[in-house]
Parts: sequence; structure tokens; C-alpha cells
Amino acid sequence: MRRALTLIALALVCAPAAAADPPSPGVTHVKVPAGTPPVAWGAQLFGANCVTCHGPNGQGILTPVRGVGDQTGLGPSLVGVGARAADFYLRTGYMPLDDPHSQPRRSRVLFSQRELAALVAYVASLGPGPRVPSPQPERGSLADGQESFTEHCAGCHQIAAEGGYVTNAVAPSLDQASPVEIAEAVRTGPYLMPRFSEKQISNAELDSVIRYVTYAKHPDDRGGWALGHLGPVPEGLVTWFIGIVLLVATCAVIGRRFHA
Amino acid sequence: MISRTVRFLDQRAGAAPFFRKALRYVFPDHWSFLLGEVALYSFVILVGTGIYLTLFFKPSLAPVVYHGDYLPLRGRELSEAYQSTVDISLRIKAGLLIRQTHHWAADVFVAAIVLHLLRIFFTGAFRKPRDLTYYIGLLMLILALLEGYLGYSLVDDLLSGMGLAIGYSVAMSVPFIGANIAQLLWDGPFPGSDSFMSRMYVAHVLVLPVLIGTLIVLHVTLVAARHHTQFISRRATEKKVVGMPTFPAYAPRSLGLAFAVAAVLFLMGGLIQINPIWQWGPYHVSQATNGAQPDWYLGWLIGALRLVPSFDVTVGHYTLVPNPFWGGAAFPTFVFLVLFAWPALERRVTGDHAFHNLLDRPRDAPWRTAIGVAFFTWIFIVFLAGAADRMFVLFGLSYQGQVWAFRVLVWVLPVAALFVTKRICEELQRGEVVEVRRKLVEAEPVA
Amino acid sequence: MIAFVVLVLGRFRRRPRLDSKARIVPPGVPDRRAENIVLLLFVCATLCAAAVIVVYAWDAIPNQTQFLGLALGLSFAFLSAACIVIGRRLVVTEELEEDYGTTHPEEEETLDQLAAEGGDRFTRKRLLVVAGAGAGTVLGAALLTPVASLGPVLDVSSLYRTPWRRGVRLVDEAGRVFLADDVEEDTFYTAYPEHADREQMGAPLVVVRFKPAELRLPEDRGTWAPDGIVAYSKICTHAGCAIALYRKPTFAPVEPKPALICPCHYSTFDATNGGEVLFGPAGRPLPQLPLAIDGSGELRAAGNFSGAVGPSWWGVRNHGPRS
Repeated sequence: MRRALTLIALALVCAPAAAADPPSPGVTHVKVPAGTPPVAWGAQLFGANCVTCHGPNGQGILTPVRGVGDQTGLGPSLVGVGARAADFYLRTGYMPLDDPHSQPRRSRVLFSQRELAALVAYVASLGPGPRVPSPQPERGSLADGQESFTEHCAGCHQIAAEGGYVTNAVAPSLDQASPVEIAEAVRTGPYLMPRFSEKQISNAELDSVIRYVTYAKHPDDRGGWALGHLGPVPEGLVTWFIGIVLLVATCAVIGRRFHA
Repeated sequence: MISRTVRFLDQRAGAAPFFRKALRYVFPDHWSFLLGEVALYSFVILVGTGIYLTLFFKPSLAPVVYHGDYLPLRGRELSEAYQSTVDISLRIKAGLLIRQTHHWAADVFVAAIVLHLLRIFFTGAFRKPRDLTYYIGLLMLILALLEGYLGYSLVDDLLSGMGLAIGYSVAMSVPFIGANIAQLLWDGPFPGSDSFMSRMYVAHVLVLPVLIGTLIVLHVTLVAARHHTQFISRRATEKKVVGMPTFPAYAPRSLGLAFAVAAVLFLMGGLIQINPIWQWGPYHVSQATNGAQPDWYLGWLIGALRLVPSFDVTVGHYTLVPNPFWGGAAFPTFVFLVLFAWPALERRVTGDHAFHNLLDRPRDAPWRTAIGVAFFTWIFIVFLAGAADRMFVLFGLSYQGQVWAFRVLVWVLPVAALFVTKRICEELQRGEVVEVRRKLVEAEPVA
Repeated sequence: MIAFVVLVLGRFRRRPRLDSKARIVPPGVPDRRAENIVLLLFVCATLCAAAVIVVYAWDAIPNQTQFLGLALGLSFAFLSAACIVIGRRLVVTEELEEDYGTTHPEEEETLDQLAAEGGDRFTRKRLLVVAGAGAGTVLGAALLTPVASLGPVLDVSSLYRTPWRRGVRLVDEAGRVFLADDVEEDTFYTAYPEHADREQMGAPLVVVRFKPAELRLPEDRGTWAPDGIVAYSKICTHAGCAIALYRKPTFAPVEPKPALICPCHYSTFDATNGGEVLFGPAGRPLPQLPLAIDGSGELRAAGNFSGAVGPSWWGVRNHGPRS
């Protein structure tokens, strides 16, 4: 009986972890002779890793196509997305994506820096599109950034940028986002995220937002252990598992009789 | 010196007989009998730290521009209430310690009351003649929930402001009279007039503490008047209470517990951050953050609000029962109605109207224990559902899936818990009978 | 000499007074080791308490909250430990018996008798009681009537009122007027009525643009979305939180459709078809505000919302919103 319970407990603990972390697809590295221009190398890498979903020349595959092995080919067109989007999706490890139906998540980047540059150059060459942004968060204002972040971002990403739930998706925590990635995400609107152009959030305001997000990674955390800036849920856990446990233990020490 | 004090008090107040009785008053001894005291000492810390906070907090929504050191708020327009709380936390020495201790004390206060309630319920301590004591305790629990909610809502930060909007919506959802109640309390449509802050403040700082304090005195007096209940033993019976006297045995233990509560609360208040309102920012009607939650003791309500499917009950154009009513009002009302009605219900069903000074071990009252476990399991599952979004973010379990799973589990698990608990109680009782028989057999002389 | 006098006098004083009486508290053996532990604990408590004062006074110490809390908490902890040691090792723990209280039927009878005899002279007791109770009840109600001044308890008309009506311009957080051309697809905007108080549920809007072909608004709202720009109340119809989430698909074949979502209980509203509830507990669709684009390209309201704004109440469907 006890063994069964242990097994069940273990299964309950392991299953969600397993479900959340599907096996990563692995990438195909392509060797090219020295002196090959990046766009050409990028084209080859694209052909080996991306064409199954994004189609030849990145035109997109809009109706599912059964591909090699188990892979279903389905993906948006990349023509005109520019270096900005490609850089974002690749540097965060959002792409390559094993299953087109799952949410792209930050994962280990399996391409080398030069491979990344080649792929980005190739995607940028597919059609005119925005460049990789160069934000300057040190010029931004923290107060403006907090206000802007609250207005545009906190609804999904939570006020301290710890991430949150959006119906059918996760708005990720931003603790690993670099300034360039933040700028790219804001302007591109990856996956289900809205796309904020310069008309809506100027470059100066974006600098402030990035400054705030960077600050939020290590905010003014006076008062001790910050519990992840998540608010009352971890506070309730601490109340019971630290406060009440200590106090009940004290009662057990004081009370002369333990058993009824 | 002690004899001089005693003489002084007896001369001025005739108090010697009272003290003699009080100092030799008998307390039955069991660790679980101390849970109520944990709540009591938490309340003392709450009042002490609370008074300190009132020396700095400004209960006003008047706008003021922040010029302090905390950069993310610099130059922004804040309410005086929010700004004074930021000041207490970030500028005033020891302010954050007192504020955090106050908030941890509130969380622990309610947790201790809940544990105490569970002990009272599962040992049958609520039976006559202590049902009045029990009703007063339940009333104090309700007041404590309200007091905590008002306390953290005074600050006018983004998180608690969202919580007030939800409270308003629950008030609005009461059939027939909801909008009228809400308009009365808030002085108009949400967010109401500035008077609402005054009302929250005076309720939190004066009215509710005085009410709770008075009820505590009544509650403790009743416990003393009838003596504390006890578990059965050779000497402890329905007629005789066995325990240790206040002096010299019980007083140092009680004092030790009081200091321990203070120790735990101040340690938490200093070492573990709670409610960092400077990070949340000020409240505006048009703003919201993901992951907003009430304090833990209201988590059962957010769970209920999230689980109820989407429908308003309408009759033509008349909206009879708006959606939040079920989770926000009907559910907690039902829970407390059951808790209030329980002593009378149990008397009616068991036909047992006698006085009970002896406690049941949970296993000795299998039906009460099983129904109690089922009932509290029901509440607990609803409570868990309130954090389903965090579970999705942490573990990837689909939110919609969880909602459906919880909607099923919330009815299935309590029923299962009922049968399992009843079985466990009966098995434990049977095991004891076997044990007694075994001992008798072993004691028999070998032929 | 003085020391000798004091010592001698002291011996007289210290003679136990209760020589002739029986002991109340049973005797117990001393425990010097426990006493030493208690002394040590008191000393530790003293040091920690002193540390509180030092930390408070010495500004150079960082993390004041943590050190103050640690020192104060430990001081109490040592005191607590000392008390517990005293309780368990240094005072006699007696096990006494006492009677549980009972009821007092004789006194109860006396009280009943007292009540009965006190009212002997009355001939029409019940009538007088009813009259007195009536007076008391109505007086109680009278004392409660000023409570009605707390708010508009009978007048619910303000619940229908919003600051929007035909011609009011939409402005952003900074007060700048919205131009239709500024509103882009795939993002969301918060708008407020020009010159109105923003801190009311009827004020904030969430504005989104679609391609006109993507919209499937109800028939009577054909003109409500000029150029595909739609506006809804930003206040969730479930429990009043601001709808601060907008979900937009990058790649429609695999991603869910666009939706406005509330972060409190995840009520999800379809922005393309008039705010219908897709998921979550909201019982009413999101009220939509008709828009118009004026001659200068500015966005203006073309009327009031499609329904009352904010959480539901008994009259929320009885009447439309008023300006």
C-alpha cells in the first residue's frame, strides 16, 4: 500500500515536469566551405532546419503537410519579417519549434553564433524588413518605464515581469530577456503578444520600458526574501509551512501531552 | 515585593479571592489546546504593530506627487494613502519591519484560528455547554477575514485595488438589493467617493479591533467559566477536570508561547518580504496586473469565482443572480451557515443533548469526522483552484483542463474523502479493541 | 560592622512565614543546571535586544529590516525558550483536579420567580410589551435612518451613467487625441473620454483594429467600427477588473483567435464579434462603444455603449447606459 502511494506521488510530481518540457528537436548543422557568404550559408541552414514548416524561400506553409518522420509542416511566411524577428526567435531558442501547435518557449540555442548570424541574414534577405534594434535603456526613465510597463505589459507579464497566464498560453517571465530581445519582442509581437510599433511606443519610451524590465530582474527588494515577487500565493505558503509549522512545533514542545 | 502588590490590590479592589482562584485555575494539557492562544497572541502583535502604523499612515486619496528615493515612482502622482505606505516601507527606520510583521501577523492570525476551529470541530468541543463559545469564535473568524481584507486594501496599491473592485462586484451581485448595498457602502459607483477610504480606515483601525477584542474577552471568559474541555483519562472525567494550575506551572508555558509567537512574527517580518507594494504601483481603475491574488484566507473565494461557469440568472430583462454571487457570496455564506448550524444539527441527528466536558478523539466520532473531512476537503479544493494559473505557468498543466478537472474533483473528492475517512476511523477503533483483547489474552496465566 | 548587622537582620526577615501552614505547591528538587540554562538564555535575550537598539542607531548597517527583525525575533525567541525551560524544569508541574461547573437550578428558579413577582402589578402585560417593543423597534429604525446617507442606496441611476456620448473624442493616457491612422492592427490601446474623470468604470476603453472583413459584429452595429476599429469597455463584466490582456495570433492556423482577456478570473472576450464571452465566468458580453472618424481623422464616440458597463447587478439589463 505504501509503495503504491509512493509511486503515485512520484508520478504526480514527475508527469507535469515531463509534460512541460517536450524533447527538443535538435538542429542540423551544415558545413560550408570557408568564404561562403552568410546569406548562402543561411540558405543551407534554412533548408536543413526550417523549410519543413516555413516552406521553400520562407513562403510559409498554410495547410498542414506531412513531412519527414512525424513532423507536420505548418508555419507562417517569413518574407518581410526582417532580421529583427529572425534574430529574436532564434536567439531565444523559440525556433526551431518541434510541433507547430505548441507555444514557442525560451530554450537552449543549438546554433552557433555564426550560424545564427547566417540564418538571420538569410531571412532578412527574403524581403525588406526591420533591422535588429539597438535600444539604449540607460537613457530611459525608470518611472516612465514602470508606468508604460504597467499600461502595456503587466496584464500578461505581471507587474514585476515574473510572467503569467493568458488564455491558452503563457506570457513568459522576463528575467532572462536581454535589452535587444525586449526591444525585438515589443516591436515584433511574437506568438500571441501584441505588436507595439514606434507610433504607439516611441523609441525613447521603449528605452524606459527596457530599463524597467532590466531593473525588475533585481528590484529594490528590501525586507528580506522576496518570494519571487509573486504576491499572496507564496506568502500563503510561507504562512503555513514556516509560520504555522514553527508555532505548532512550539505548542508540541510546551504541551505536556501529545497523544489524546 | 510580591506581597506588597498583593496587599495593595486586595485593599483597593478586594481582589485576593479572585487571584487565588485565578492562579490555581486548572488547565488541561494538550498541545492542540494551545492553538487558540497562538491566535490570541497574534492579535496582540497585530494591535501593537497596527497602532505604530497608524502613527504614519494617511487614510486619504488626495493626490500627491512622489519625490522620494524610490526611482520607479519618482515624479508620479500617487494617493496619500499609497505614498504614506511607501514611506513607511522605504523611508521610515524600522517602518518596514513593523509593517511586514503586521501583515505576517494577520496571515498567521487567521491560519491559527482555522487550525483552532478544526481542532474544536474534530474533537467535538463545540457541544453543549460550549456552543455559545463556538458561535463567538466563528463570528471572530468572519470579522478577522474582513479585517484582513480591509487592512491590505487601505494601501490603494494595484493589487488590492483590483481586489476591492471584485469585492464591489460581489456586493453588486446580491439578488434584489446588491446594487443598493454596494452604492451605500461605496457612496456611489466604484471606486466610490473619498468617504470609502474613511470607512475602510475606521472599520479597520477602530470598529473591528474593538469588536474582535470584546469577543475575545467574552470567548475567553466563557472558556474559563466552564473550564476547558479535556481528553478522557483515568482521572479526567465528565465531572472532574484534571490539569496544571495557572501558577506556577501554566504561566511560564503560556508566556513562553506568547514570546514564541512574537519571535516567529518578528523574524518573519524582518527576514521574509511580504506585500512589497512599492513594486506593485498605485491603483487605477483602468489598470490590472496578471497573477493578482487576494491574501491566502480569501483564496477560497477566488477559486470559487473562477470555477463557476459563465452565466447570469435572468428573468426577462431582470438580472436575478449575477455570476459572482455564487462564488463570492453564496459559497462562503453556505460554509458559515453549516458551521454555525453544526452543533444544533448534531444534537438533532444524534439525539444527544447532554453536556460534554470530555472531548472525542476524531476516530471516536466517525460520522462527524468523515463529514467534517469531506466538507473541509470541498473547501480546500476550491481554494486550490484559485491558484490554477500559477500551476499552469509553473508546471504546464492546461488552465482550461484544470478548471474542468477541478469542477469534477470538487464534488468527487469530498465524497471519496467521506468514505475513506469513515473507514479509517472504524479501522482505528477496531484495531484498539483487538489490542485490548490481545493484552487481556497475554495477561492470562499460562495453563 | 554594618555588614554584620545587615546579615543578622536579613536572617530574621528571611524566616519563612508559612512555617505553620501546610504547603500549597508541592516541593520539588532544585535544578541548578536548568537555572544556568535559563540565565544563559536571559543573557542571550538581553544581548539580542541590545543589538536591536544598536542596529537601529547605527545607520551604516545595511539591510536594517533584516537585522532588526533577526535581533528582535531572536530576543523574543530566547525569552520564550527561557520561559519554557522554567515551565518544564524549574517550577513544579502539578496535576490538580477541579470540578467542572454545572447548572444552578435553584438559582434559575429564583430568577424566574423574581421576574414573575416583579411584574405582578401589571394587568395587561402582553399589550404593554408589544407597545414597548414597537416603540423600541421603530426607534431603532429611526436611529439607523442616517445610515441611508452613506450613499445613493435607492437611486441606482448613476450605475448607468458613462462619460461617453456622441462626439466625445478619444484620448490616450497623456491626453493626446487618437487619430484613426494612429491605430494599428495587432495591438491594443487604452482610451479615455476627453475632459472626463478617468477613475470611473465607464471611462476607460480598449481599442483594437481589425481588417473590416475580419469583423462579424451584430447586425445593428454595422457602422460601429469605422475602418475596422472597434472599441469596448475596458472593465470586465464579471467582477470589475481592467481587461489588460490582448491576445493576437501571429499565425492563425495554429494559434487561438484574437481576444481581450481579464487577468482576474480569465474571462475571455471575442473582439471581432461584439465582445462575446469565449471562456471564463463572465455572464455578459463586453459592452461595445460605437466609433466614428470625424473630418480631421480623429476618433470620436458615436453614442454610448451597447450595454451597461461593469459588473452585473439586478438592473444591469433593464436599461442601456446613459450619458
